[in-house]
Amino acid sequence: MEFASEKKREILSSIARNDGHGEHSPYFDGWKAYDRNPFHPTQNPDGVIQLGLAENQLSFDLIEEWIKNNPTASICTPAGVGKFKDVANFQDYHGLTKFRQAVAKFMGRVRRGKATFDPNRVVMSGGATGASETLIFCLADPGDAFLVPSPYYPAFDRDIRWRTGVRLIPVPCNSSNNFQVTLAQMESAYTKAIEANINVKGVILTNPSNPLGTTLSKETLTSLLSFTFKKNLHMVCDEIYSATVFNSPAFTSISEVMQETECNPDLVHIIYSLSKDLGLPGFRVGIIYSYNDQVVNCARKMSSFGLVSSQSQHLLASMLSDEVFVEKFLEESSRRLAKRHSRFVEGLKHEGIHCLEGNAGLFFWMDLHHLLKEPTHDAEMELWRVIIKDVKLNVSPGSSFHCMEPGFFRVCFANMDDHTVEVALKRIKELVSKGNGSGDAKKHGRKRNLSLNFTSRKCDESLMSPHQRMSPHSPVPQSPLVRART
Amino acid sequence: MEFASEKKREILSSIARNDGHGEHSPYFDGWKAYDRNPFHPTQNPDGVIQMGLAENQLSFDLIEEWIKNNPTASICTPAGVGKFKDVANFQDYHGLMEFRQAVAKFMGRVRRGKATFDPNHVVMSGGATGASETLIFCLANPGDAFLVPSPYYPAFDRDIRWRTGVRLIPVPCDSSNNFQVTLAQMESAYTKAIEANINVKGVILTNPSNPLGITLSKETLTSLLSFTFEKNLHMVCDEIYSATVFNSPAFTSISEVMQETECNPDLVHIIYSLSKDLGLPGFRVGIIYSYNDQVVNCARKMSSFGLVSSQSQHLLASMLSDEVFVKKFLEESSRRLAKRYSRFVEGLKQEGIHCLEGNAGLFFWMDLRHLLKEPTHDAEMELWRVIIKDVKLNVSPGSSFHCTEPGFFRVCFANMDDHTVEVALKRIKEFVSNAMEVAMLRNTGERGISA
Repeated sequence: MEFASEKKREILSSIARNDGHGEHSPYFDGWKAYDRNPFHPTQNPDGVIQLGLAENQLSFDLIEEWIKNNPTASICTPAGVGKFKDVANFQDYHGLTKFRQAVAKFMGRVRRGKATFDPNRVVMSGGATGASETLIFCLADPGDAFLVPSPYYPAFDRDIRWRTGVRLIPVPCNSSNNFQVTLAQMESAYTKAIEANINVKGVILTNPSNPLGTTLSKETLTSLLSFTFKKNLHMVCDEIYSATVFNSPAFTSISEVMQETECNPDLVHIIYSLSKDLGLPGFRVGIIYSYNDQVVNCARKMSSFGLVSSQSQHLLASMLSDEVFVEKFLEESSRRLAKRHSRFVEGLKHEGIHCLEGNAGLFFWMDLHHLLKEPTHDAEMELWRVIIKDVKLNVSPGSSFHCMEPGFFRVCFANMDDHTVEVALKRIKELVSKGNGSGDAKKHGRKRNLSLNFTSRKCDESLMSPHQRMSPHSPVPQSPLVRART
Repeated sequence: MEFASEKKREILSSIARNDGHGEHSPYFDGWKAYDRNPFHPTQNPDGVIQMGLAENQLSFDLIEEWIKNNPTASICTPAGVGKFKDVANFQDYHGLMEFRQAVAKFMGRVRRGKATFDPNHVVMSGGATGASETLIFCLANPGDAFLVPSPYYPAFDRDIRWRTGVRLIPVPCDSSNNFQVTLAQMESAYTKAIEANINVKGVILTNPSNPLGITLSKETLTSLLSFTFEKNLHMVCDEIYSATVFNSPAFTSISEVMQETECNPDLVHIIYSLSKDLGLPGFRVGIIYSYNDQVVNCARKMSSFGLVSSQSQHLLASMLSDEVFVKKFLEESSRRLAKRYSRFVEGLKQEGIHCLEGNAGLFFWMDLRHLLKEPTHDAEMELWRVIIKDVKLNVSPGSSFHCTEPGFFRVCFANMDDHTVEVALKRIKEFVSNAMEVAMLRNTGERGISA
């Protein structure tokens, strides 16, 4: 008789032994190159510039100023320490009432009043990372699947699938229509999945989109919402970049579309966070906002696994309740994002490099397919290695976002200062002009054998840079999955 | 042909529809009674007194004082705001280096230098709640089981089992030996499980114990560690109350026992938190400390689901690095816990109520078997409802901790002020004298003698 003991040879779980964490992707080579040789304007001007990190660092001064002017928001200042005991002791998974009220109000403000949010539906989580996972734990069983337009945020593979056992089915989008997902594409992917006997539970949209940097149109959202309603599927909308919209069209949230289109609110859920919109990723503020009462209750119970520190709840409750500040911040942050986006994109256009016309997010979707040896993912990776090693820019290759069409790269623009932007643009200019050896590279559709113009000698130099800062204990401390989100 | 669409009638997951969250337990009636009618010394002196909450509120003044004297620990003070940008931007799942170093040092200090901790093995989580769950996700598959001495912390049912699908097998302990789990009991539970073809992956000990309020002896820990080594099982030790030890024997950690007993470090893991020892549950500081490198790496990746706010990491890194403060805090906190415990337990003794002799934790294990109508769990629940409704004390019944022996209650003592303690003792005194009268009447009635 075989005892259960004989099954015990594996001391760790299957989850611990599989690759569901997603960190073996070649995507991380760029991060390693950056960590080994990070750019610094004076100390290491030839280092790798980090363009792979979707952080909003353009407006932290506004937040710092507010902090200085509002000492009662902190439980550590003389003005605020009287609240220390109560706040430090507060661990109720409902969260501080004023925190939920402030978040609900902020979400409504970001949507220009076109939707209002009920504080009792605001549920905390460990960043958007925790929000995504927790929501899926509420909605789906192992083996169930969600449809997700690609290209999509790489860490969804971990957040949606790793510990939940749920599957992701990409709905491939392409440049023929600026990567806008269509109803036809969604229906086709859905039908294929059903025919393969896969239990599709819902759809996950990221709006504004990472990595595209675009907002979904009202028409698209409406048709997709109707589709999910008809098929009795969940509609999960990751709206963490909602306040990074810097150009028209203005942001349309699912919360708005719901009011004008027939749907089942029990199937609609929003993932939110303050990491991108406010530039505060360290505070780990994730929010699940569901229109389904059962989901709210269940997610709230699960939030015990990743509540927001009461210290941070207290601070943000105060900040987000300050309507004057919020209005000023949203306007100014958008203005700065627009300006920075514009500088970058214009600079690239100058060199014959086109980007998807973006109006949101902290990155743009750059088209380098004309620089590929051939229209393959291998050629994309080869070009990418050149960009990392020779041009020394850590951009993110489209394939890491599961993009079917080779040649696209996501470039983050909001995590550096103006000087670094100019250095990056200069390097790109050099890259392009080297590839323009014969002087006619700017012609459309002309593929350049760019990679042949670069030797690997510089590659060795950068690898053996004297500026090594890699710690043996944290091989890729700055990588996007090491950070909770990219 | 049946399409998958036909399976889709349930729109929520199985996990969302089951009771794995554990909140339907009658245990929560006491909480509801408290929420409806909370005691306040002046505004509601007849309200329910909360004695079901294991919080350490006796020494927050020491922390407040430290905060006032160390403005650079905060990123919001004029002195500290220069660090705001870097800290608010920091989301690396390794955690701030100074935070890990401070936690490692603090853990060593709590163990009086008998063990030292490597900052690179310190992994963050969403409180001890997140630590427990994450560790289990690393160690076990759905259907696997862990042995856990009972009575045990009720929320283990949720933390260890709910989303992981892992099972808990209680190892029942009883009053015959002061509820100390024995090797024999553990071996017996293990054998039963194996014979039932259950895949046992490990053992979970809580030391100091919740709800017993006692530390495990070195001998017990040693024999259990050897047992797990022999059977190739994980040894998970929840040591979140390690710095609440207020009387001898001093705390012995698994980290100490490991050095003196043959074991496989790859199988040893500690769950820690700052919620109980420091009284800061709001900051959600959970720690997984594993001696297994793969587990450290995996748990660290999973920590993305529940990192500690960088604001709180920064503050605590500063506080826990202050060796003078830490020493003073640990001593004074223990002193106050001892004093409060003693007042309570002595007060109860005067009413003929005995408690398990405790030396740690934020609660004591009260014996009310003599007040039960009969030695059953139903009688225990009946007595408990009386205590909630008539005595108006929210204590926690032993059955909610899966205690097999009826009549015991966990009473928290560190979450209230001195005045409230006296009110609680007074109510217990009244209750006991009434209960004795009732018992006497019942006895004389039964013997057919009129009172």
